[in-house]
Amino acid sequence: MDMVTSITSFGRSGLYDWMMQRVTAIVLLAYTVFMIGYLLFNPDLDYNQWAGLFQCTSMRIFTLLALLSMVAHAWIGLWSVSTDYIKPTGARFVFQSVCGLLAFIYVVWGVQILWSI
Amino acid sequence: MTGVALFFGAIFMVYILGLSLESPEGFAQASEMLQESFLAKLIAWGLVSALLYHFFAGIKHLIMDAGYCEELESGRLAAKTTLIVAAVAILLAGVWIW
Repeated sequence: MDMVTSITSFGRSGLYDWMMQRVTAIVLLAYTVFMIGYLLFNPDLDYNQWAGLFQCTSMRIFTLLALLSMVAHAWIGLWSVSTDYIKPTGARFVFQSVCGLLAFIYVVWGVQILWSI
Repeated sequence: MTGVALFFGAIFMVYILGLSLESPEGFAQASEMLQESFLAKLIAWGLVSALLYHFFAGIKHLIMDAGYCEELESGRLAAKTTLIVAAVAILLAGVWIW
C-alpha cells in the first residue's frame, strides 16, 4: 500500500480517510435526524425529561459516538480545507494545531457534560 | 466553509448543552436565553442554517459517491434541488427559532 500514503496523518491512507469521512457522515446524519425529531416531537421539554434522555446509556453511547465522529469528520474536512486554502506552511500549521486542540477540548468537555449529569 | 463555521460554532452549542444539563436553573437559563436574547437566537439560527446546508449538500455528496447524478444534467439538477431543499429548511428553522 506504499503507493497510497497518508497525508492527513489521520488514517493509514487516503482511501482510509475517504471511507472514514463517509462513515462518520452517516453517524452524524443519523444523530442529526434523531435530535431534530426529538426536539420537534417534544416541544414543551423540561429539565427532568432532557436530563433523563442523556442519562440513558444508549443515548450516551450514541452521543459519544457522534462526538467522536464529528471530531474525525472535522479533522479530515478541515485538513482538506486548510491544504486547499492556506498555502503558507506556518499559517496552515497554526490553523491545524488550533483545530486539533479544539477537537480534543470537545471530546473532554463532551464526556464531562455527559457523565456529570 | 459551512463545515469550518460549524466546527468553531460548536463551542456555543456545547456551552448551551452543558448549561441545559447541569441543573434545572441552568436549563431555565439556556431556554430563556434561546427565547429572549436576539444575539443567541441569531447565532443559533446561523449555526442551524450552516448545519442544514451542510447536511443536504452532504447527502447529495453521498448520493453522488454511490454513482448517481454524475452526468451534466443530473448533476446540475441534484445541485439545484439541494439548494432549494436547504433554503426551505433554513426558512422553516427560522420560523421555529424566531
